[in-house]
Amino acid sequence: MSLFLFLSFVALLSALGVVLAKNPVHSVLFLILTFFTLSAHYLLLNAQFLAAVNIIVYAGAIMVLFLFVIMFLNLNEETEPQKPMLAKVAATVSGGLLLLVMVAALRGVEPTGYNAATFDSQIGMVDRLGMVLFKEYSLPFELASILLLAAMVGSVMLGKRETGERNF
Amino acid sequence: MESLSNRAKKLEKKPMTLAERAYLPAIFQGLSITMQHFFRAATKKQITVRYPEETRPFSPVFRGLHVLKRDEQGRERCTACGLCAVACPAEAITMVAGERKKGEQNLYREEKYAVSYEINMLRCIFCGLCEEACPKAAVYLQADKMAPPRYERDEFIYGKDRLVEPVSPDNRSKRGIQLTPEQADKLRTQMQSA
Amino acid sequence: MSLESLGWQGLVILVVFGISLLIATYCTYAERVIAAFLQDRVGPDRAGPFGIVQPLADAVKLFTKEEFFPSGANKALFIFGPCLAMITALMSSAVIPFGNFLKFGETVVHLQGIEINVGMLYVFGIVSLGVYGIMIGGWASNNKFSLLGAIRAASQNISYELAMGLALIAVLMMSGSLSLRDITLQQSVPGEWHFWNVVKQPLGFIIFIVCAFAETNRTPFDLPECETELVGGYHTEYSSMKMGLYLFAEYVNVFVASAVMSVIYFGGFNFPFQYELRSWLSSSQGLSIDAAQNIIAILGVVAVFAKIFAFIFFFMWVRWTLPRFRYDQLMRLGWTILIPLAIFNILLTGGLITTGIIPEIKQWW
Ligand code: SF4
Ligand code: SF4
Repeated sequence: MSLFLFLSFVALLSALGVVLAKNPVHSVLFLILTFFTLSAHYLLLNAQFLAAVNIIVYAGAIMVLFLFVIMFLNLNEETEPQKPMLAKVAATVSGGLLLLVMVAALRGVEPTGYNAATFDSQIGMVDRLGMVLFKEYSLPFELASILLLAAMVGSVMLGKRETGERNF
Repeated sequence: MESLSNRAKKLEKKPMTLAERAYLPAIFQGLSITMQHFFRAATKKQITVRYPEETRPFSPVFRGLHVLKRDEQGRERCTACGLCAVACPAEAITMVAGERKKGEQNLYREEKYAVSYEINMLRCIFCGLCEEACPKAAVYLQADKMAPPRYERDEFIYGKDRLVEPVSPDNRSKRGIQLTPEQADKLRTQMQSA
Repeated sequence: MSLESLGWQGLVILVVFGISLLIATYCTYAERVIAAFLQDRVGPDRAGPFGIVQPLADAVKLFTKEEFFPSGANKALFIFGPCLAMITALMSSAVIPFGNFLKFGETVVHLQGIEINVGMLYVFGIVSLGVYGIMIGGWASNNKFSLLGAIRAASQNISYELAMGLALIAVLMMSGSLSLRDITLQQSVPGEWHFWNVVKQPLGFIIFIVCAFAETNRTPFDLPECETELVGGYHTEYSSMKMGLYLFAEYVNVFVASAVMSVIYFGGFNFPFQYELRSWLSSSQGLSIDAAQNIIAILGVVAVFAKIFAFIFFFMWVRWTLPRFRYDQLMRLGWTILIPLAIFNILLTGGLITTGIIPEIKQWW
């Protein structure tokens, strides 16, 4: 329990850091820390596979690309454009709305708690996950993979050289 | 066009074969070459000279640190004529001439001698022109000594204290006119009696 | 798990940690000696007999050098970069099985830091984090060459991680398990001929080893620290022990990559005729079954380290043989050759499994 509280505390703190940090690179690093604490939460839930994949995909690949782009753009405090007041208000309102939706959605949820007798410690293990994913949810899984494939083909199309185009 | 020596190799840019494009055969070829060298280190004699313990022999015509010779009676040969300084392309040599006093005949061979004689080893290019210019066979570049590295610049200016060779026939430089055994014996007895 | 075995397990973790550091230390020495031999030279031979305490001399040198902070550098991140590089490098050795188990009476000690059933994913995740150390260090230096090195490292790692993962998937399809211990045990079934995965996955192994070179930033893929173009790459501005940590992390990475390859493709702690040896020890030598098992386990540790050292040697051998790739060649190799090959390998493996040419793996332990 204390581990959970500590992790949640760090997660919230680093999530705040993402928003409040002036330097975009710091923001990205805070975001990575947030992913780590989330992965630790997965581990507490005995979902090792999810924890590892979260780190590989988000911290290991997506955030590297984020950092990559931010380093290329060389954003920092001086060059950061001042957003107009309207944009700030709009951002606050939409963020608040999101919060409202989430609170409303989760309000009705009743945590079932955990029953030592029926609890299955193997539930988050990778073989169980695979069974569920490929047996019960195989159609959504395949649909998602087709979506990703389409995205991949699209990015290859975008990145392809066109004849007559100059490349540097 | 006909080439002059007919040794030029004609290079043709052929499209690479599959084996060449796969790149792996070439990698293995390279790896095997380096591996041969790896084992050569164990079998053949190594060519590295481990410097402080081993040294490479000097060539007999090596031009190293200068020496100012003495003659068979232990007198300095140099007469401060300045020809070496004139010949020196690097202007490394300076000297002050002086007249030999009475009673100094056993110190200096000629009536005029060098009161001070300095060679700046940082300027010197060890060309050996001073040696060739000297009419008195006084200055030589030794084949077995080098001007060693120092920390300070002024330590590279070698005065007479470091240039003139010792009187003792056993410690003399191997370059230049050598003493015959009789002359050496005579000099030894002279030194012992003095 | 009893408290006592928990204590033993802690000891194993410490030993693994120490061994990784020790091996990385001596890699710096081995690299120079091997480089020297490959180039007909002598190599370091001044510090101690055959230069054996050379790493110590290097450490003293690095520790006593001036700590330098470039102006305009982001100080916190500048320090954090090398730390992160070192931490991620050291973390991945935790799940590698360096041996089977030792049994003293009731206590069973697994010669592995921690056994988790997603061991391979763990290694993969930690390796993918390794690039942050380089990126942060390169960015925080406030130097364009460092930044270029960092960006090269990032794009190179992402590109080659893909091919590496795809090559591993083919192994996973055969093994049906992500646990490195299971994968090791599968490679030697008692009473059957000893089959290492490299025999079943030659193409996958070649892809994996090429990617391992790229992931550890070793020649021919050491473009992030390419001195002809980028001064020193991401560690241009680093001096003293911070620089040392980067160099060190590279060797720890080499060690881990070698360990992973020997475990996944070369049978890990298995060695030929181990079961025959065990039954011979227990039957005709009169040892108890536990003692025989312990002897086999210790020999297995020797075997896995022999394999690891062979791979480390290979890394160095390649480094002193091949010239560096050009950056576009590197990217072309990664995206247009290795990834299609890896996908082809997956399809091939799938076909061979469904047709039954690659037999199904029995969970025999
Ligand atoms: S060796 Fe050449 S440069 Fe040196 S002092 Fe003699 S003449 Fe000058
Ligand atoms: S060393 Fe020879 S050339 Fe030079 S001053 Fe003396 S006598 Fe003349």
